Amino acid sequence: MNTRPANAKLLLDVEDLVQRIGGQEILRGFSIRVYAGETLVLLGKSGGGKSVFLRHLIGLMRPVSGRITFEGTDITFLSERQLEPVRRKIGMVFQDGALFDSMSVAENVAFPLRERGERDDAVIQKKIHEALALVNMTGHEHKMPVNLSGGMRKRVALARAIVSPPDVILYDEPTAGLDPIVSDSINKLIRRLQRQLAVTSIVVTHDMASCFHIADRVALLHEGKVYFYGTPEELRTTTDPVIRSFVDGRSDEVE
Amino acid sequence: MSVLASLGGMPSAFLIYLGQVGGLMIETFQSVFAGRIRVRLTLEQISHIGFGSQLVVIVTGAFTGAVFTAQTFFQFANLNMESAVGPVVSVAMCRELGPVLAGLMVAGRVGAAMSAELGTMKVTQQIDALRALAVNPVDYLVVPRALAMMISLPLLVAECIFFGILAGWFVATQVLGVGSAYYMLNMYKFTEAEDIMMGIIKGFVFAIIIVFISCREGLHAREGAVGVGRATTEAVVIGSLSVLIGNFFLTMALNIFFPAGTN
Repeated sequence: MNTRPANAKLLLDVEDLVQRIGGQEILRGFSIRVYAGETLVLLGKSGGGKSVFLRHLIGLMRPVSGRITFEGTDITFLSERQLEPVRRKIGMVFQDGALFDSMSVAENVAFPLRERGERDDAVIQKKIHEALALVNMTGHEHKMPVNLSGGMRKRVALARAIVSPPDVILYDEPTAGLDPIVSDSINKLIRRLQRQLAVTSIVVTHDMASCFHIADRVALLHEGKVYFYGTPEELRTTTDPVIRSFVDGRSDEVE
Repeated sequence: MSVLASLGGMPSAFLIYLGQVGGLMIETFQSVFAGRIRVRLTLEQISHIGFGSQLVVIVTGAFTGAVFTAQTFFQFANLNMESAVGPVVSVAMCRELGPVLAGLMVAGRVGAAMSAELGTMKVTQQIDALRALAVNPVDYLVVPRALAMMISLPLLVAECIFFGILAGWFVATQVLGVGSAYYMLNMYKFTEAEDIMMGIIKGFVFAIIIVFISCREGLHAREGAVGVGRATTEAVVIGSLSVLIGNFFLTMALNIFFPAGTN
């Protein structure tokens, strides 16, 4: 699983991304490549710019400088409308789900289908059912998002992202704030989607268990740059102190 | 120094704000002319904005018409000009009171709701979720609201005018004892179709002012609940002030096309 085939297709190429927020440099020349079909896990401290990086990939934020190429096309500075075809190929699961709170679970999941011109109610119902079954949320169709727990919201958001299957799924902290059992079910789900739908995944997290469970490739974001890039095995066996303290969860503070 | 600097920043902040509202307006009209109109959402908004605002606008119009009639009567009675109350009330309702009052009430009721709703969507990343799903937020959120406002507010203004005049007639003839025939005759004689047109046009312009200020506030909301509160307050304050200030310039401009009191 961890050796990339020689003919793997380069899907996303991020070069020298620089981003500043409120005078603070969040990304300082961040470069990474993502190949079709693999699951890349991006690790890093909270507030270190992982989510910010993810938002650049679908143009929700524009970099100060740098370049993002998706399937050979430079998408860095495309307009909102030019980005639409790209966004149809890249789904995103937001940290707290970002469900539309005026719509029920079923309407949320149906939303991308309706917006892409699907009018046949029978088809829509069938796809809602399939997507919700995939995330183990069958039976919650008519609930409103406010009545769901955090984990349920994340799973519905995932169903909404995959109901019209994208080529790439971006996950922003999919297991943050969830209990270990729900976390594990989400990890298994990410794995299963990768196998069943052959999607490429980019997962931002600081959950090491999740990382070792799902990653084909791991990158560690440190001080705005990729500090480490390799397989989970390499991550486990490295002796670099910066990486070790992150993997083992040790801080420099004295007790 | 910092006072000077902040004063120097004021015109540019104002220009930036104007640019944002204007930019949103241009983007919206481009979408409308490109046919990116969601009919179902637009009808929902008409029901919410137009149908839902009727009671507020009718009550405002009726009681303003009534009190304006009473005051005008008290003053005119000293000069034995009771029968002139009708045209004064009707022309004032058509040209100024109807559109301004309906505009202010809608800026409060609808503008606040709109900026709060869009602002909440913004701070909870629902707007980003729309964009991530390849749905343009202007097409999905602003176009239906703008169309609904441009259709609803002129009709609400007409309703406000009608009930203002009706209440005025009731107070003058049934309470204060002005002869109904005189009242109606003078009112017809001095009220022109242009007066009504002016009110309706003002309603249309106020709709544009209110909807784009409110949507701009909502779409630019930041920093959680506090930010949404601020956006809502600003939408109502800036929207209402813009209606009042815009009304003066509109009156001056429209008076060229529909001069008052020519007959």
